[in-house]
Amino acid sequence: MSHAELHLARAWRLTRGAGWGWRYGAMVIAALVCLPIASLVWIAAHGSPDLWPHLLEHVLPRTVTVTVVMLLGVGVLVAAIGTVSAWLVTAYDFPGRGVLAWALLLPLAVPTYIVAYAYLDILHPVGTVQDAIRWLLGYSSPREFRLPDVRSLPGCILLLGFVLYPYVYLTARAMFLTQAASLIEVARTLGASRAGVFWRVALPLARPAIALGVSLALMEALNDIGASEFLGVQTMTVSVYTSWISRADLPGAAQIALIMLVLVVVLIVVERYARRNQRYAIAAQRSRLLPPVRLHGREAALAFTLCGLPVLFGFIVPASYLTLEAIKRYRFASISPQIVRETLNTVTVSALATLVVLACGLTIAYAARLREQKSSRFVARAATLGYATPGTVLALGLLAPVGLADHWIGNALKDWFNVTAGLVILGSGGALIYAYAARFMAIAAGGIEAGFNRISPSLDQAARTLGTTASGVFRRVHLPLAKPAIAAAGLLVFVDCMKELPATLLLRPLNFETLATHLYGEAARGTYEEASIAALIIVVIGILPVILLARVGERARRGN
Amino acid sequence: MQSSMRNMLSGIALVLMGSISAAGAAEVNLYTTREPGLIQPLLDAFTKSTGVKVNTIFLKAGLAERVATEGDKSPADILMTVDIGNLIDLADRGLTQPVQSEPLSAAIPAQLRDSKGNWFALSLRARTVYAAKDLPFNTFNYEDLSDPKWKGKVCIRSGQHPYNVGLIAAYIAHYGEAQAETWLKGLKANLARKAGGGDREVARDIKGGLCEIGVANSYYVGLMRSGKGGPDQEAWAKAIKMILPAFKNGGTHVNVSGAAVAKHAPNKADAVKLLEYLVSNDAQKIYAEGNFEYPVNAKAHVSPLVGEYGTLKSDTIDLAKIASFRKKASELAEKVGFDN
Repeated sequence: MSHAELHLARAWRLTRGAGWGWRYGAMVIAALVCLPIASLVWIAAHGSPDLWPHLLEHVLPRTVTVTVVMLLGVGVLVAAIGTVSAWLVTAYDFPGRGVLAWALLLPLAVPTYIVAYAYLDILHPVGTVQDAIRWLLGYSSPREFRLPDVRSLPGCILLLGFVLYPYVYLTARAMFLTQAASLIEVARTLGASRAGVFWRVALPLARPAIALGVSLALMEALNDIGASEFLGVQTMTVSVYTSWISRADLPGAAQIALIMLVLVVVLIVVERYARRNQRYAIAAQRSRLLPPVRLHGREAALAFTLCGLPVLFGFIVPASYLTLEAIKRYRFASISPQIVRETLNTVTVSALATLVVLACGLTIAYAARLREQKSSRFVARAATLGYATPGTVLALGLLAPVGLADHWIGNALKDWFNVTAGLVILGSGGALIYAYAARFMAIAAGGIEAGFNRISPSLDQAARTLGTTASGVFRRVHLPLAKPAIAAAGLLVFVDCMKELPATLLLRPLNFETLATHLYGEAARGTYEEASIAALIIVVIGILPVILLARVGERARRGN
Repeated sequence: MQSSMRNMLSGIALVLMGSISAAGAAEVNLYTTREPGLIQPLLDAFTKSTGVKVNTIFLKAGLAERVATEGDKSPADILMTVDIGNLIDLADRGLTQPVQSEPLSAAIPAQLRDSKGNWFALSLRARTVYAAKDLPFNTFNYEDLSDPKWKGKVCIRSGQHPYNVGLIAAYIAHYGEAQAETWLKGLKANLARKAGGGDREVARDIKGGLCEIGVANSYYVGLMRSGKGGPDQEAWAKAIKMILPAFKNGGTHVNVSGAAVAKHAPNKADAVKLLEYLVSNDAQKIYAEGNFEYPVNAKAHVSPLVGEYGTLKSDTIDLAKIASFRKKASELAEKVGFDN
């Protein structure tokens, strides 16, 4: 090492230690995210173990198997669909590619419970589709012939796979677009076959990105209650609900939920351990665009079909169904006036939550970058635990600490200012924002961290050596360079907040309905048709950020 | 200086609180697990006649947890829910307060309210059997749902749904756990399709020929027949008839929707006024004709769309006793793998 280099390294070390504010900020955020989980532990500890013999004998063997099979199925499916479609639209050029590149994200706009409902109705044994099939085949009754029931584990896997693959598509495509491009080009130049480039270069390179996408999709699948309940699939999450609702045994429910959480954490640790020796040192600003190979004829048609099918099943079919139902309903009963108010509520609260999540996510990701130590990585991981917990369970865990805080604040206001306040946090919708933030922190922190990773550490070092503070580097280097990643994370969080149902239902203030709660209110009393308009609005509003998301990706690509 | 600072801060605090404590106009805060669409017409009519505004929050699961957390600062005045078990739970957890009211005791039969006034039933629904219209019988016993002659012909929703948990609990109350298990296994073996969906799907599936009989709540028949759910549902209802089944040694299994005054209700007087309104002849008429439920007030009549299937003769076993078997019933459904 030369003298100058030695000097630089020492200066870097000196400056690196600064940024305590960031670190403490990250710790506070992580603690707040973990608070509901700590409260769940408290609830679980106050239960009795009486439930367990019954659970072990009659419930868990089945629900654990069902859950594992579902996760495996959904994992394989989303990995395959997401990676293949991302690779095709990135490495090849074929007619329709421009549209498909963003349309592949559209299923993100449709909540899984809506997709489940749509398919149940479309493929109902006593519905138009199956009637037509029977008519074609010459059967007269569903008892003579009917398609396999959608209400089944395979049905659930297929459905979740076609709705959740965009998480993998998004992360894999970002990787293919930027980091992997130069290596892929080298492989092409060296004469590797198309399959060889994909299997031996692109796929291994994209593995961390795919793993991230798959883990996001799997956590969604694991915590999903809407779709699995509709489809009658007995997952562990459904057992949590049964214990809580049918048996009024909240501690028992918390015990099962915590065991699930432990399983998720173990899975994440194992995956990270498996990748422990892989490091990708790529100077992102140098990486260049991958020139797509033009496909013709049958190959182009195949590529188009492979990328088109996920869009068809994950978006076009359910969205068309909703549109038709909404039109039918509109003709029958027109639109209820509250729905405008509900739309505004939904957008406002989701936007606020997104801002909070982004601010927290930036703090966590930057704190982790400032100090690459076990402790700060631990903080960053802890902050993402909320995503590994089902929405209702998280919301239930959050109730106690928020209620406590509300009582403190209320009493303090009374003592100091003689103001009689109600419940400040629960009554104002603050609890809702907190729940969204705790739940979706993983998406923001993960996405931003990935964005930061594409910024070469030498930029930080150079800036710090030149005397800029940690916050200055953040403002002048990371914020501008990671803008696409931040925007993408924000859009994803926004869409997720809009779709969120269970926590919204439990924590919102009086007289405050969102589209999702309206939808649920109608669906719960069986008037699904009434709900179709609200469902359609959720999808339509969700499409906008999703298209923006695709454009952010494109811009980042051109920017490079 | 200090006091002006203090005034300013309390001013800010007041603005923050603005949304919560709107003093002045009379208000009642209603926490409900009943869907807003079902009760809004009743609340609107109440506001119109009394000028008392009703604020609502629709909570599905977690009503008790939320009110418990909010404690003495809870704005909740009335807790409204379905299922007798839920009402008893609310009272057992100390979230309600006793109410003595002449109009309430006059309108609601004694077995449909808590003796101390901790909760009151507001409407009744029966767990009935829907049967294909051309089937040659008009009576049915719950016990026969497990008769092998119905193999592959019965439709029903999830065994964990509160309506079915209630029915299974009633069976346990009549015959004990062991017999209930045999019955539930038999019913499971008779299913034409996986247990799931909603009660209306039973009618849809009977119309389509997937099953011949099914178990569903009484008011759905009225809803479907009235055309409120659209033309498709009207057609489903035309394919079926509703039978009010009975236990061989009792009557039809019923459940209730009901309400309680919250322990820390800030507007107790108006809350009681709302409850009294809900059991008045006018409101009970809305329950009957708008929601197709059986009124608790004997002076109100059930809608003809439901009533023409016969007169309800409720089961003789005490509702509270049935509710005490809920947990057992839910576990039994898991034990026989009813939803698998």
